[in-house]
Order: sequence, then structure tokens, then C-alpha cells
Amino acid sequence: MVASLTRRFGDLDIAEEAAAEAFATALQRWPADGVPPSPGAWLTTTANRKAIDRLRRENKRDDKHKEARILYDDDPPESLGAIEDDRLRLIFTCCHPALTMEARVALTLRMVGGLTVPQIARAFLVQEYTMGKRITRAKAKIKAARIPYRVPSAQDLPARVSGVLAVLFLVFNEGYLATGPDTDPVRHELTAEAIRLTRLVRAFLPEDGEVAGLLALMLLIEARRTVRVSASGELVTLDEQDRGAWDAALIAEGHRLVRERLAAGVVPGRYEILAAINAVHTSGRDARDTDWSQVVALYDQLASLDPSPIIALNRAVAVAEIHGPEVALAIVDRLEEKLAGYHAYHATRADMLRRLGRSQESCAAYDHAIELAGNTAETAHLTRRRGQLLRLGNAASGAPEADAGGSTTSTHREKLI
Amino acid sequence: MQYLVSVIHDKLDLATPAEMAAIDAFNDRLQTEGYWVFAGGLASPNAATVIDGRGEEALFTDGPFVETKEYLAGFWIMEAPDLDVALKLAADGSKACNRRVEVRPFLVV
Repeated sequence: MVASLTRRFGDLDIAEEAAAEAFATALQRWPADGVPPSPGAWLTTTANRKAIDRLRRENKRDDKHKEARILYDDDPPESLGAIEDDRLRLIFTCCHPALTMEARVALTLRMVGGLTVPQIARAFLVQEYTMGKRITRAKAKIKAARIPYRVPSAQDLPARVSGVLAVLFLVFNEGYLATGPDTDPVRHELTAEAIRLTRLVRAFLPEDGEVAGLLALMLLIEARRTVRVSASGELVTLDEQDRGAWDAALIAEGHRLVRERLAAGVVPGRYEILAAINAVHTSGRDARDTDWSQVVALYDQLASLDPSPIIALNRAVAVAEIHGPEVALAIVDRLEEKLAGYHAYHATRADMLRRLGRSQESCAAYDHAIELAGNTAETAHLTRRRGQLLRLGNAASGAPEADAGGSTTSTHREKLI
Repeated sequence: MQYLVSVIHDKLDLATPAEMAAIDAFNDRLQTEGYWVFAGGLASPNAATVIDGRGEEALFTDGPFVETKEYLAGFWIMEAPDLDVALKLAADGSKACNRRVEVRPFLVV
């Protein structure tokens, strides 16, 4: 709705506020008057009216011009295709290279993904105030510098796409591991939206390896969505998931895309490598069949492209499966300075310490992880793990717990960047 | 929509004959394609005088209003439908004058 309002009124602020006002009006009226026969159309009409009211109130110099456009805008009712085009246009506007990368990501999550400022702030480990300002500043620049609302020309498109992909992956991640104490642990609407938008971009750029890679990555993760959270709302780690309940069609499509990229024989980018890692994880009938040396090799390749500490952390998880938790813990401990504020760092340490029988340290690390984790299913999972550790500690006075082969952190590797 | 394209430079040398020729060609193109509003090269900041005429008597101070390593060496004012067009023109302008440029929109009142 925001996308189509933006197209019509040419202003992100007006579109966003009109949509919000329409929803607020619906909340007020629908309980008393009943839900209208076509709620979507009702909201769109109401939002359009609110936007026009707002434009009139603002009494800008170009009011007349805008009103004229609104009055004579006799486009036929929007088809699904037109709505998709609007979304694509909005994405490219939000991901414009004249904006900082941080602003592009934040703006797309806000305007296209519909996330709140606190949710976005959480996803990027920054203060809400800072994030709010970042978004406001970006919107002001779009308006003042007249950043166009359109899909770039075919000639410019490839260069503009990498920023778009980064943004879509972040939207997907926020859906996959939603933040916020009152949020559902998995926000399917966000993962579905990210996949849909990535398919849309792929339809434009079918030859682009990274677009295919990102789509494959999303599909291979999405395929496991329904079994990732237990009936009691707790995270189920990769090794404990019922593989038979994975979405076979999505896995097959993801594997097909990965094979397509391998066959292309082009040096892979980060999404293609991440997709390949996920293809390895989803290939075995059993988690014990996982080819960990291949996973480590792929992470090495990824680290050479991107020296991010989070990639180093995820690599360490795979290293633990080959060389044991002691070797891996040494790698993880070196990342403390950069990742002390990241819950997965503490969760990974906790798991490795637990496997080494260092229960007290493990417990403290779980405490840190629980404190920092924003996802309700993750928090529940971490809390149970810590509880097991405490009970075990009480029963056997800190005797080492046998490693059940389970790795708490196996799901954290999904939340990359 | 008008955009100011400022040419940023940090040395006191002037454009070379090859750079001048490229700038002329770029200016011709701006005029032919309808983007031209105005353009000019500026003498060095050493030639600047700051004036404060707010008081009873105008105050004149020798030199630029702020001493910086980088300074405004010249500028274009271009008419472009949106930032994408302005950025492309600015990229070509930067290539022509062989210096970095900054694009800034004029305030729309």
C-alpha cells in the first residue's frame, strides 16, 4: 500500500503517514461498524483520502499540480503486476547509491518491509534514536535531491542490484529470526516477502549469479521454517529437526539453483557461497551425515571475500565439529572485542564450554546470550539449555556432560550479517 | 530541478589544456542536451575577500571565509529531471575536469 501511495503522491512521508492513518481509522471503526466487505480496497481508498487531505493541509506551492495529478489519475484498479512494479520501484528508490548503505537498509525495512524503528534498530545493534534519525535523514534526502522513484535503466541495473540484495537478505533474516519480546519468533510475512521480491529481481536479472545465490539461500532456509520452532515455541536446532518435515519442493529448487551456479563456472559471490553451505546442510538424510570439512572450506572461501567476525564465528562452529570444541573455542574467544554485544557469540561460547564440561563458565555465557537474544524462540531454547546445565551441575557437581552431538549454535549460522 | 555541481580541488594548479578541452566538450554537450544553466571556473581562494555588511560599516577581510585543504575550484549549475540524471552528468563532468565533484540540489521553495 505504501508503495502504490508513493507512486501516486511521489512522497514517502505522505504515503507512509496516510497508510498509518488509514489503519488507525480501521481500528477505530471496524470493531463498531463491522469489517467492510473488501477490507483491502477500503484501506486503500481511506489512505488515498488521508493523503489528499494532508496535501491540502500542507498548502505547498506545488499543491495544485499534485492535486491535478490525483484528480486526473484515472488508472484502472491496480492489477497484481502493477503492485509488484510499485514495490520494485520503491526498493530501488530506498536502495539508491546516493544514500549510505545503512540508510538504504533501514529505509527498505521501514518502507517496504513495514518494520518498526525499534525492530530495525535491534537488527543493527544501534539505538532507536539513531535509527529514527537515519531514516528521517534518508527520506529528507530522497525528497530534497529528487531521488527518482523508478527501476533503473537496464544499463544501470546490475550495479544497483547488490545493494538491493543486501537489503532483501536483511529483511529475510528479520523474518527468520524476528526480534522483539512480543513478536512471533518467525515472521513468515517477512521471509515470504523477501523471497517474493528476490524472485522479482531475478525475473529482471536471470543471469546474475548473486541474485540466484540469494534466492537459493532463502529457499533452503525457508524450507526448514515450519520445524524450526517447536509446538511449545522453542527453537529446534538443525541437528534436532525432523528432516522429513522440511519443504521438499523448496529444498529441490534451492539445490537446483546452487547446481546451476556451480555449472556456470563463475567465481561465486557471498550469497552463492552461503547457498552452497546451506545446500551441504540440507543434503544429508541425517545431521550426522553433514560434510563439515566442505562447510569449513566454504566458510574459508567466504572469509576471503568478507573478513567479518560473524563469518569467523560461524566458521568456528563448523571447526568444532571436525577438530572439537577446544580448538573452536580458541577461535571464538579471539572475536570477543568485536562481538561482545552479539548474542550468538555468547550462545556459541556457551555451547562449546558446555561440551568441554566447563559448566560454570557455560552458564555465565548462556546468561549473556539470553540477555542479548531478541528472538523469543531463541530465548526459550537458551533458557532450557542453561536449565539443563544447572540441573546437571546440581546432580553431578559440575561433572562434564557428555556431548549429545547437539550444537546449540547450529541455527545461529543462519543469521549472518 | 537545478543541481549545483561543485568541483573540489586541493592544489593551486589550473586545468591543463587537455582538461580545458574536455571541459569545453562537456559544456557543449550540456548545452546541446538542454542541461546547461551556468558554469564557471574560480580563481584561487587566495584571491577571495570576505565581506560583512551587517554592521554600520562593511568589514572587509582578505582570504576565504574558512581555510581548508580542499576548496571550490569551479562549478556547474545543471537542470536535470532527477538525481539519477544529475549524478550521471556529474560523473562525466568529474571525468572531464579530472577532479572530484559534489552534487547538491537547490532548495525547492
